[in-house]
Amino acid sequence: MKASFRHWLGTGSPWVWLTAGAVGLSLVMVFGLLILIAANGLAHFWPAAVVQFEHRAPDGTSEQVLGEIVEHETVPASRVRAAGGLVPDGATTVERVLLKVGNRDIGGTDFRWLPRPELYDERTPADAVVIERSEWGNLYGFVREVREGGTAVPGAWRAALAPRLARRNALHDAIERLQVDEIGAVNHELERLRLQARRDGANEATAAEKQRLDERYAALMDELAKRHAEIGRDTLLFVTAAGDEREIPLARIVRVYTPNAMNVGEKIAHYGAKLWEFVADEPREANTEGGVFPAIFGTVLLVIIMSIVVTPFGVIAAVYLREYARPGPVTSAIRIAVNNLAGVPSVVYGVFGFGFFVYFVGGSIDRAFFADKLPSPTFGTPGLLWSSLTLALLTVPVVIVATEEGLTRIPRAIREGSLALGATKAETLWRTVLPMATPAMMTGLILAVARAAGEVAPLMMVGVVKLAPALPLDGNFPYLHLDRKFMHLGFHIYDVGFQSPNVEAARPLVYSTALLLVVIIMSLNLAAIRIRNRLREKYNGAET
Amino acid sequence: MSDALLSEVTKAELAHRGWRTVKDRAFGLTMGVGGVTVIVALVTIFFYLLWVVLPLFRSAVLTPAADIVLPADVVHLSTNEHGDVVFTVSADGGYRFAGREATQALAEGSLVPAGARVASGVGDFRSLGVVALGLDGGRAVIAKPVYRVSFPNNVRTVHPALAWPVGEAPIAVTARGAALARVAVTTTDERTTIAAADTDGRLRVVHVAPGEGLLLDDEAPPLETTSVEVAQLPAVPDELLIDSEQHELYVLAGREIGYWNIRDKEKPKLVETVQLVPPDVDVTDVRFLAGGHSLLVGDSRGRITQWFPVRDDANNFRLTRIREFTALTKPVREIAPEWSRKGFVAIDAAGVLGVFHTTAERTLLTAATGVTEATVLALSPRADAVFAAGAAGVAKRFDLVNEHPEVSWRSLWGKVWYEGRSAPQFIWQSSSASSDFEPKFSLTPLAFGTIKAAFYALFFAVPLAILGAIYTAYFMHPTLRAVVKPSIEIMAALPTVILGFLAGLWLAPIIESHLIGVFLAMLLMPLSVGAASFVWPALPAGVRRAVPAGREILLIVPLLIAALALALAVSQPLEELFFDGNLPRWLSTELGMSYDQRNSLVVGIAMGFAVIPNIFSISEDAIFAVPRQLTTGSLALGATPWQTMARVVLLTASPGIFSAVMIGLGRAVGETMIVLMSTGNTPVMDPSIFQGFRALSANIAVEMPESEVDSTHYRVLFLAALVLFLVTFLFNTVAEIVRQRLRRRYGNL
Repeated sequence: MKASFRHWLGTGSPWVWLTAGAVGLSLVMVFGLLILIAANGLAHFWPAAVVQFEHRAPDGTSEQVLGEIVEHETVPASRVRAAGGLVPDGATTVERVLLKVGNRDIGGTDFRWLPRPELYDERTPADAVVIERSEWGNLYGFVREVREGGTAVPGAWRAALAPRLARRNALHDAIERLQVDEIGAVNHELERLRLQARRDGANEATAAEKQRLDERYAALMDELAKRHAEIGRDTLLFVTAAGDEREIPLARIVRVYTPNAMNVGEKIAHYGAKLWEFVADEPREANTEGGVFPAIFGTVLLVIIMSIVVTPFGVIAAVYLREYARPGPVTSAIRIAVNNLAGVPSVVYGVFGFGFFVYFVGGSIDRAFFADKLPSPTFGTPGLLWSSLTLALLTVPVVIVATEEGLTRIPRAIREGSLALGATKAETLWRTVLPMATPAMMTGLILAVARAAGEVAPLMMVGVVKLAPALPLDGNFPYLHLDRKFMHLGFHIYDVGFQSPNVEAARPLVYSTALLLVVIIMSLNLAAIRIRNRLREKYNGAET
Repeated sequence: MSDALLSEVTKAELAHRGWRTVKDRAFGLTMGVGGVTVIVALVTIFFYLLWVVLPLFRSAVLTPAADIVLPADVVHLSTNEHGDVVFTVSADGGYRFAGREATQALAEGSLVPAGARVASGVGDFRSLGVVALGLDGGRAVIAKPVYRVSFPNNVRTVHPALAWPVGEAPIAVTARGAALARVAVTTTDERTTIAAADTDGRLRVVHVAPGEGLLLDDEAPPLETTSVEVAQLPAVPDELLIDSEQHELYVLAGREIGYWNIRDKEKPKLVETVQLVPPDVDVTDVRFLAGGHSLLVGDSRGRITQWFPVRDDANNFRLTRIREFTALTKPVREIAPEWSRKGFVAIDAAGVLGVFHTTAERTLLTAATGVTEATVLALSPRADAVFAAGAAGVAKRFDLVNEHPEVSWRSLWGKVWYEGRSAPQFIWQSSSASSDFEPKFSLTPLAFGTIKAAFYALFFAVPLAILGAIYTAYFMHPTLRAVVKPSIEIMAALPTVILGFLAGLWLAPIIESHLIGVFLAMLLMPLSVGAASFVWPALPAGVRRAVPAGREILLIVPLLIAALALALAVSQPLEELFFDGNLPRWLSTELGMSYDQRNSLVVGIAMGFAVIPNIFSISEDAIFAVPRQLTTGSLALGATPWQTMARVVLLTASPGIFSAVMIGLGRAVGETMIVLMSTGNTPVMDPSIFQGFRALSANIAVEMPESEVDSTHYRVLFLAALVLFLVTFLFNTVAEIVRQRLRRRYGNL
């Protein structure tokens, strides 16, 4: 046995297996992480069963609880005992369930940890409803009746509710449109007029214009009030599992569904609707409910503006370094430096952007062009433009390195052939070399975009906010507002996951946002890898 | 004709060729200018950071502004916020407000009622500009200049006036009527404390506070006065000082200072008497530093020492000598503290002015002023003007530029004895609600946090990444390698905010509740792999053929998952059996190790995860690129694959692996979101794996948006960014140079 052990060590196979173990563990972590994000991010939209229990507390009181089971957990028995919980004899661990009971405005907390041994009489009542509201989170309970103008609508509540909820949604959209588009446009005009008056002094034309706008504003406000009155017509009588009755205005209700009574088709439809809401709607409730559309929009716009800046500059720098700069110690030192800038922490770029772009450049622009708005800053405050430029600076080394690599891979023969046919250097570059290097540039750009889309630390200094009042692109001149602050998927994760008052409620949404971001970035990277491989094959062929 | 045609063609051809040359030049120029611009822009980052940081280390600059004319026998001078109105008090109690050049009086008069005689020097409390005068008959008068600003016709106009914290009429301190020879005062909106010693050496303290009672609209509330006799001193003391809390009274007599606790209004208590200077030296001036907590003592050798009460082991306060400033060589004449920062200026008998800062222990400037034997030295509230007046009737105003005295090499990186602390410490505390706050800009705890994070991350990542690279590059089957390598590499692109979120909200609670399981898994996973490799050769050949060499990993992955699951499953029962069901609590009660939920273990795993792809990818490339003839030669000589690996391949590839670790280190040092989200971000210096920390990068991300532009705090944050920039740049450059040399060496082989 001893000899065989020594022999076993001597073959080196345990070490080989150990190295294999290291790869194995890395793979387990990588795929485990992806599965974790995907499972949590996708499961959130599925209508979970609403479960009802009788909770018998150790002090003898008992109550009905109703909600979704969010999580199971085992806890060492002594921790439960220390907290005054019930532990069955001989058990070393106790199972707890995290129940999302909702009804925050009625019961105080919307999540409860309940020890399994204290729960009796589990059932899933078919008529249990989940009511999604525009504020205060979900309600779990039962619907008694629907009321119109204070009197009950006869018949089944479901039939009565559907048209009224549709009406509510139409009214809600109309109110949104009024508030954001029309009143927003009037406000924008008024602000422009105010600044003009401040610059040129008041005159009759502006006074008349202001008069007209004020009247329009008053008319819009009247209409808004009317719509608000209309939307408040219907209410819903709701009962909690414990028997508490509440009248809920339909105006505050986004969606009503009975998950226990849904069949698979309905569940899939519900899932689709929720998913659509997630990518296409505004956030509600301090970002813990609703969608992430403004964050997607902000991220995409940020990345587009960054790409517009970074591509030409990165390509030009790479062409200069590879084709024009005289090769020598200086050029290779510059090359190493550029390479290393890609490894400089992003937070350093953020600090630079904050000091240089926002306060130095932005402050100067404000003094030169927006002096009439001072002291309220226009460009002298963090915003979309400065974020894009900071990220462009952060990613320009990536584009340079990738483009240079592409240029290096183009065989000399192609260049020499072109020059031998009498083409100038510029013509050679423009007609043959650069077109052949486009895939490399694409790779660089995609990698830059992938890196930019995932960066958060620098953006926290140069323009991202948790809730932007308006998108940076709208119908008011000059349409693209580079000075506005914006929302961003990565920052959304940080903010909702860590700054939110109700982390438990926000968590599923954070997983979904994370999944969205991972999908975007992984597909960009895979695209880059694929383009690079194709490129390599192409020129490996050309070289031989 | 054909000639003509030819020449036409040639002309057109030539013109075209010329145009092409122009285009060629223009293209080259565009590329040159564009390329250089980008490179310059990148270089600008470094120089801009440096440009913002440099003012921190600049000395102060003192420029003579004007000779000023002061009334005779001025004993006190202060100015308004902007330094453009000067308030002076003369020895006879006369006061005067005058413009900056002090030529013309804006208002003047006397602080004392007609017939009263001033018997003492001025007791003043600088940070509020309050003055107190002791009078005959045991009375004292307390006044405070106030400045109202208005803008008639858009011109800033200052209207100076006097306010009387305890009333315009002199307040009686002693009943027996001896003149007050020394007086000190400290006042806030809530209460005023006056200490006075009469010519007989009798020391009394008077507390004045607005009384309780119904407040009528225009009427000031009646004042309530408590007066107590503190001591009968052998002689008239040299100086009295009351701290800003109105809890401590200092009585200077010769070389000794008596430290009294007057918190109890009825029973003042002498805490101790301290000898401030050696027997052959005299104390020449004593002042409070801004905030009224530290004493500055100037002596006849030109030294200035800082003292404040420090809590000792027995929980008693002892007046302790903290640090000294030795830049002046002649006896110190006057000391003037800044109003809001912990700096001060002092002038010696030869007229040399020193500008100092206590926290930074920094002498920012010494300059000759020409004001010898100074009797008055004052700083404007913003510390941008110095006023000095000498006995010979010379009085001068100087402009002082001293933006960032709080920072020195020592205060950034060394231990500093902050006010109220019992020993020198490393502390980062950049802001506070209190205005008397002493900013604590020690980067050491933050750098410590960064290093700690990087250490734990690499501790976790380096073995996994390098071992993994060895297997992938050398033992793994090529088709598997084509899948495995990019799968691990692509994780480098995973946004760190996601890793941070999972670490903080998912991993940290799991680790807290399964702490044993985590450590057990670290043991169980390698053991299970080792056991598998031992058992494997003994298995029947048929089973072994199912998983050929180079694909062991297919077997190992399920094994690892099983080991992990087992470790986590037995974790809580074990905890229940051995640690009362709560290991974190057990650790803190039994071993005294406190446990943070978001601790370095969590960061180590999460950030290790983030750097594994970088280290893995570069080491794998280095190992894979080792020339084949080396390995085949070694194998041909009879070495086993593992011997070849360990003695030939690893040795050849070691520079590449080194550069991989450097790159990983660079990334770990600068990583922001993971450390921000998965630690508690408290700047503690504790190497324990169960404690959190605050890293430089996270600190920048948190504090930068809130810092005031161009303030010291802002520049210190830039300094932190510059440090990160230089450190990562250094690591990356070393890695890159090593890698290039390695590539050349492979080429030669």
